[in-house]
Amino acid sequence: MTIQTAPQREEHPRGAVAVEVTGATRVFQGSAGTVTALDGVDLTVGAGEFVSLIGPSGCGKSTLLRLIADLDRPTAGTIEVFGRTAEQARLAHDYGIAFQQAGLLPWRTVRANIELPLAMHGTGRAARRERADHLIELVGLTEFADHYPDQLSGGMQQRVAIARAVAEEPSLLLMDEPFGALDEMTRERLQGELVRICAETRAAVVFVTHSIPEAVFLSDRVVVMSARPGQIREVVDIDLTRAARSDEGLREDAAYFAAVTRVREALHHGSPTPAQGVELR
Amino acid sequence: MTRRLVDAATGLATLVLLALVWELYKWLGPADGWSIGEIRVLPRTSDLAMPHTWEILGRLADPLTAAPDAPSLAGAVLAAGAFSFGIALLSWVLGVTVGILLALGMQRLRVVESAVLPLVILSQTIPLIALAPLVRGWGSRLYLGPVEWEPWMSVAVIASYLAFFPVAVGALRGLQSPDTIHVELMRSYGAGWWATLVRLRLPASVPHLLPALRLAAANAVVGTVVAEVSTGIPGGLGRMILEFANFASSDPAKPWAPLLGAVLLGLVVAGLVALIGLPLSRFRRVEVSA
Repeated sequence: MTIQTAPQREEHPRGAVAVEVTGATRVFQGSAGTVTALDGVDLTVGAGEFVSLIGPSGCGKSTLLRLIADLDRPTAGTIEVFGRTAEQARLAHDYGIAFQQAGLLPWRTVRANIELPLAMHGTGRAARRERADHLIELVGLTEFADHYPDQLSGGMQQRVAIARAVAEEPSLLLMDEPFGALDEMTRERLQGELVRICAETRAAVVFVTHSIPEAVFLSDRVVVMSARPGQIREVVDIDLTRAARSDEGLREDAAYFAAVTRVREALHHGSPTPAQGVELR
Repeated sequence: MTRRLVDAATGLATLVLLALVWELYKWLGPADGWSIGEIRVLPRTSDLAMPHTWEILGRLADPLTAAPDAPSLAGAVLAAGAFSFGIALLSWVLGVTVGILLALGMQRLRVVESAVLPLVILSQTIPLIALAPLVRGWGSRLYLGPVEWEPWMSVAVIASYLAFFPVAVGALRGLQSPDTIHVELMRSYGAGWWATLVRLRLPASVPHLLPALRLAAANAVVGTVVAEVSTGIPGGLGRMILEFANFASSDPAKPWAPLLGAVLLGLVVAGLVALIGLPLSRFRRVEVSA
């Protein structure tokens, strides 16, 4: 479990590289033939940077995230997380992860779910409790600390999942459509909370989404991907400051709309019909 | 609490209803039963074949035999039941242990699952009656140093052969029940097989395991009684059922007593297993159909 050559988190100055993907290719062998989910993808995510992956269904954005998380291995190419291999980074607990489903353990209370990664990595009981209390407050679930997941709404469960993902203060957060299954109002509120949490933890984030407004609202850069084979079509820089983002008024700002338009054009560039599976709202 | 009372009342009412059906059929049914050709479809209702329910219960209070110091029939049945209970309990523990170990092995290694699971299922196609004399024969030729192989140990082994099956299958299903998302979450934590087992697979297996434990308990009781019958070991309910069958014509209420004892034994064992489920209720928040 211990990696001798692992550089310490504190040694990373701001602006260092969190994720370095080089020529990543992933080919799935199925009974119906081979599917190239990713084809020679290069991507660099700086420390503390928020990067969204957006694109039509089957463009390999989730596959790319899974490669970074070492939940899957590339057919070709390399993936480095804070200067080590994806596997070393996983074993060193370098990242926190959240999926489209909350994936809470049903027999654990909200508090125990948030404490799970800490407990598994040997954090003491008192420290665990203190950290969990702080996170429960951060996601606004103080009254529900001792509830079980089946007693919570979908939005509340997803908040617990996010709190669990940041429990170990990871310097990298991997999120696979974490708000995809939520209604629009809950979604916007949680986006605001995520911005706040990221500002506090200063973690780099790789965020997979279907939603253009969501990607623009949250990201420093939006990576627009295309399908068959999965490739990066364009990277759109979003020049909105974090401070502006913590203000809900941003959603009605002209700069915000301009960025949404740029991402939308990048998505549709070169394709005669609107890309399937992308929400244009 | 009222819920419990209602449940208990319902259970009792069902018993009374069963006795009523028994008496009603005995009253209305033809004395020689009802046959289609050579095959008797409905049983005879004579006092020999179907004693009155109150005679069966009343007989329990009477002495076992005509001997002056004979214990009551109920006492003898309870003593035999206690003997069988001990064996059933041991065979349950044996069966559950073997079943869970098999399930762990099958979950850990795909190749073990492919190799062992068909054998596990095949094992249940061998009739217990065929197996019992074999096991007894092997047992009598076993030499374990200072420990002598007792006949009742053979009975426990034979009964555990029935008990391990639902546990092996149920536990395997339970251990394999976690969603992909949970398994991947554990992987993202860098958790190995053991940590994943303790934190995820064992807790997730509880809703599958509890019904399996109940089935194993029922199998242990049936297996014990049948093994006692087929090996002829004295002391338990199985042998008593054999012996009392001889009194069917002279003392028709007597053969029913060890059967009631077996029912009681089944209830006690089922109750004990239900107790295991009580402290595990939080692991059953997602209930599955067994």
